Amino acid sequence: MTAAARPEVAPLIELRGVWKSYGRGDAEVHALAGASLRIDDGEFVAVMGASGSGKSTCLNVLGCLDQPTRGQYLFRGVDVGKLTLDQLALLRRNYLGFVFQGFNLLARTTAVENVELPLIYRRVGHAERRRRAMKALEEVGLASRATHTPAELSGGQQQRVAIARAIVTDPQMLLADEPTGNLDSARKVEIMRLLVDLNRRRGITIVMVTHEPDMAEYATRMVHFRDGSVESDEAVGP
Amino acid sequence: MIWATLLMALREIRRNTMRSMLTTLGIVIGVGSVIAMVTLGRGATAKITNEIANMGTNLLIVMPGAERRGPASTTAPPLKIEDAKAIEREVSSVDKVAPTASRSALVVYGNKNWNTSVTGSTNEFFAVRRFAIELGQSFSDAQLLGGQPVCVLGATVRKELFGQGDPLGAAIRVGAVSCSVIGVMAPKGQSTFGQDQDDFLVMPLAAFQRRIAGNYDVGMLFVSAISDGMTTKAKQQIEALMRERRRIALGQVPDFRVQDMKEISDTLGTVTGALTALLGGIAAVSLLVGGIGIMNIMLVSVTERTREIGVRLAIGARGAEVLLQFLVEAVTLSTLGGMLGIAFGLTISFVATRMMHMPFRVLPDIIVIAFAFSATVGVAFGFLPARKASKLNPIDALRHE
Repeated sequence: MTAAARPEVAPLIELRGVWKSYGRGDAEVHALAGASLRIDDGEFVAVMGASGSGKSTCLNVLGCLDQPTRGQYLFRGVDVGKLTLDQLALLRRNYLGFVFQGFNLLARTTAVENVELPLIYRRVGHAERRRRAMKALEEVGLASRATHTPAELSGGQQQRVAIARAIVTDPQMLLADEPTGNLDSARKVEIMRLLVDLNRRRGITIVMVTHEPDMAEYATRMVHFRDGSVESDEAVGP
Repeated sequence: MIWATLLMALREIRRNTMRSMLTTLGIVIGVGSVIAMVTLGRGATAKITNEIANMGTNLLIVMPGAERRGPASTTAPPLKIEDAKAIEREVSSVDKVAPTASRSALVVYGNKNWNTSVTGSTNEFFAVRRFAIELGQSFSDAQLLGGQPVCVLGATVRKELFGQGDPLGAAIRVGAVSCSVIGVMAPKGQSTFGQDQDDFLVMPLAAFQRRIAGNYDVGMLFVSAISDGMTTKAKQQIEALMRERRRIALGQVPDFRVQDMKEISDTLGTVTGALTALLGGIAAVSLLVGGIGIMNIMLVSVTERTREIGVRLAIGARGAEVLLQFLVEAVTLSTLGGMLGIAFGLTISFVATRMMHMPFRVLPDIIVIAFAFSATVGVAFGFLPARKASKLNPIDALRHE
């Protein structure tokens, strides 16, 4: 990632006519159909759209969890399509954080150990790992639950552990797929405030997929998807 | 990286206690049962072989009655002492002949009594049947010729009548006859078929015939061939001689039979061979069942593990790192299970062989085979699904149903 040395030159994210297709011939379905999108540092983008509009697929492509069929994805000016699987893993490891709708914490594993996991792959030593994991948990207000396993935590708490895991590595960009989808309204607000805080205070770029307009209100920019491409793109909020 | 992965794998094993235990248990049972079965089978074979050797592989038995199934014919004329003498004198391949006659009798000493078998024979008996004199002595010529009422006790009879006391010189009552103890035989223990081989006493044949049986019949001749390889020849020669003595033409069914211990031992050898094969079969099935158990546990957790792999890949693990962790987990569990299985199998077979008075033989080849098989199954089914998952796009692993 040599391009990271000159962030003022290349935008953080650039999608150029990206397609993602499944199946073949007549049965071919396009989850993304020529989507183009540019995201700059420090933005909080809410990606909206009906189900099947391609918003989740877009997020997976952005997160290098999935590869586009056609088109170009530039991360800091680097063509992600030309990277190997291992290079993609390193990109995720060093620059990205993920928050999923279903939390995806490891079962039977304490909150602090879950948060430590990305640091293990970054070769952070044990003591330092624990310190940073505790700091991340503090940031999401769960330091007191560090030794609880996911089964002993509420949905909101689990999602906050997941956010702590995503930010413990100081990522450039946080990708959240329906992070409030499984929560009640009070918890939703809690999580959104946390994300806004991370975006404003720490300057982490956030891309969040949601189908709830209320949640999108917290973002600084709203991108609507329809039939696999961007339909509208507007700045929102204060 | 290796060290960190090793630690992570060990943590995962501890964290998923139930899954780890069940996997290990599958291997323990697979390995343990194979080792126990085959060790027991080998022990039984060794015990039977020992006993036959102990009984004498050069032993032949001559008894009256036609060779057929069921009890010996009672109409056949009994053998006589002269038959024994003739065989010893005329058959070149024969070493010693012990004429015997037996019946059961109550023996009494003081306030103790015991129902046992009384055998009348000569000193050849001890040699041919391989009974060592542990205490005292065997019969003197005078005692044999004069038919004096003296006896040599089997270990069981001595124990029942005298306990730890000194039996030599004591006068016991055998049936209606008073008889003095001059010796005790060394114990042989139980036979393969559970018979007590030491529950009898021996007195001079002449004394037995005159004082207990009241006739001069001889029940059986125990014959030893000059060597193990000579039994077949000895059998043929004895049959020929006995036909002559009992005036039975060639082609006519003889009214006596000659049994060859070698034949018996060959038969037993076939039986024990079949036994070992059977136990081996059972063991193979248990190994298979254990293997299927391991496989099931591993496959049941594939969905959960595939998601876990998805999570690890999403937060930046490389495929190789995830794989190494899973490989270490599988190898650790399989090795642990294998070692516990070996310990378990050896313990079971050790206790069982002690209880059944069988020799305990450790078979390294079986241990290696059982261990290798289970470990292979454990590693293969722990590792292969992980390998598949680590090659998926992270999003497909995360969405695995």
